[in-house]
Amino acid sequence: MSEEKASLSDERMQAMYRDMLRIRRFEETAFELFEQGEVVGGIHVSIGQEACSVGACSTLREDDAILTTHRGHGHSIAKGTRLPEMMAELLGKATGLCHAKGGSMHIADVSKGHYGAHSIVGSNMPMAVGIGLAFHFEGKGQVAVVFFGDGAANEGSFHESVNLASIWKLPVIFFCENNHFASSTRVGYATSVADISARAGGYDIPGVTVDGMDVLAVHEVMVEAVDRARRGLGPSLIEAKTYRYFGHSRKDPQFGPYRTEDEWNEWKAKDPLLVAEEILGVSEAQKIAHLDAVEDELQDALAFARQSPEPEPDDVYEDLYA
Amino acid sequence: MRTISYSAAINEALHEEMERDEKVFLMGEDVALSAISPATAGLGDRFGHERVRNTPISELGFTGAAVGAAMAGYRPVLDMRRIDFMMLAIDPIANQAAKLRYMLGGQVSVPLVIRAPEGGYSQNGPTHSQCLEAWFIQVPGLRVIVPSDPADVKGLLKSAIREDNPVLFVEYRALYSLEGPVPEGDHTEPIGKAAVKREGADITLIGIGSQARGCLEAAELLAGEGVDAEVVDPRTINPLDVEGLAASVRKTGRCVVAEEGHKSGGVGAEIAASVQEAAFNSLKAPISRVAALDVPVPVHTKLEAIVLPSTEKIVAAAKKALS
Repeated sequence: MSEEKASLSDERMQAMYRDMLRIRRFEETAFELFEQGEVVGGIHVSIGQEACSVGACSTLREDDAILTTHRGHGHSIAKGTRLPEMMAELLGKATGLCHAKGGSMHIADVSKGHYGAHSIVGSNMPMAVGIGLAFHFEGKGQVAVVFFGDGAANEGSFHESVNLASIWKLPVIFFCENNHFASSTRVGYATSVADISARAGGYDIPGVTVDGMDVLAVHEVMVEAVDRARRGLGPSLIEAKTYRYFGHSRKDPQFGPYRTEDEWNEWKAKDPLLVAEEILGVSEAQKIAHLDAVEDELQDALAFARQSPEPEPDDVYEDLYA
Repeated sequence: MRTISYSAAINEALHEEMERDEKVFLMGEDVALSAISPATAGLGDRFGHERVRNTPISELGFTGAAVGAAMAGYRPVLDMRRIDFMMLAIDPIANQAAKLRYMLGGQVSVPLVIRAPEGGYSQNGPTHSQCLEAWFIQVPGLRVIVPSDPADVKGLLKSAIREDNPVLFVEYRALYSLEGPVPEGDHTEPIGKAAVKREGADITLIGIGSQARGCLEAAELLAGEGVDAEVVDPRTINPLDVEGLAASVRKTGRCVVAEEGHKSGGVGAEIAASVQEAAFNSLKAPISRVAALDVPVPVHTKLEAIVLPSTEKIVAAAKKALS
């Protein structure tokens, strides 16, 4: 048993498992709704990557910030985003978090410290630096965590952001979910290093690669990075190696030309929920109870979304200017 | 009233707003040390290098950071040195700052000011002479301010810093040493209101930024030939005070629009279209545009003068509209 696990109460471990289940079932439900044509716009699901979202966000306070990507449902839920309003956004309702203006790719719940999913790859990193700068000014020990993929690690914004956070010692954690593919482009083709965490050396900050299928392993490395950030010691780069089970977006095939069914099955054998059941000590009875509770919550969210009104034509000008 | 320069007026506005509101901070390349730009001189000494923050040469990074800090409750003012350098930071400006409030259902506001000095007449060549404000009136959500004299640059910068929306604040390098009367103390000017800079009855000269100055000089020359020209400065181009401009054109029946940016797809094109929609029946001649030619701005003095607008070109356009 690791030192970190020893410090987590059973209640917290059960909550971590339940959050992973909430993400899995939310996205499975959303994808079904999408296939049935009930979702307005596209969605990108993160099924297979739940340990990253929950491992990371389980170390944060409500007044800490996250920023995520087009594949951000998991981070959003793990940070406490309200599910009914999130579901309403997917269904294009006026009660949605973004009033049906942003859709799945721009889910945000600032009241919970969620500063948005940002759909331009790499755009969220500079903004995280700025939120980190604001937290530095405030001096309350808050941290900003920015999630991005292996693809975004090749954007210029990555370099500028990590350098800025390093020279200014800002409380920013750069959390790279390396799911091995930028759309169809394999990380090994597109990236100069085998481990993206190795790039931390170029910025004189800690960099660590962790098993992104293991929620507890992710939690442990985050605890250390968050502690450093809160103490004013500056940013960290975490790379979690993980895998998305679905295609990049709506139409691309699950396997197709860029990965094999064998590879997919190898990762599926390390499913983060199965791993979590074992290492967090979730019994079969507990699992069933969690599933029931999650189903109830999801059905309530869906009912809220379905009963909500669509936006009115006049809403088109709302929220453009403060 | 005392007289100070355009750049001194910017400097005064920054001092006063940083004094007034501790959430205001300044960020950019070489802003912390005095003597690099007269617009920021003395601020680093007065407010310290936390609030007057030098950045590495990372336009994308620090502009995105300013958007983040603005979302988190601060009021960053960015110094872009030159608008040409801002092209490296288009994503945080056009995709993020301008859209976040709308896209996130009103959950955030982005009170950010991007100071963007621009323009030519200085033999700095194609990549250091551009006027790009026309690009940004295509981006809903972004205020675009184009002040043409010291009083307006102070009053509008103070209003921009208090504005809860992102603002592209264009400064004209050709005007930096221009002297003019500027009220002391808390002088603000409204965003979205054109100003008549000279009254006249025969023709309306609409000048944007540096060309408002060109229009005033052209009006002097025209007066010598018996033409009574009115000069109107829109001062902000998002929002654009179409009614303020059209009111003048209804009075004079003739109009020339002058800008330092390129002619095609320019601010002048937008103004000409909007004014004719609002005042078509008053027009006695087509609205004429004076602008930079549709070629890059060359270094050589003689070639640059051919490309950029001038007082003489405005006078010629006015005479044509009057003929």
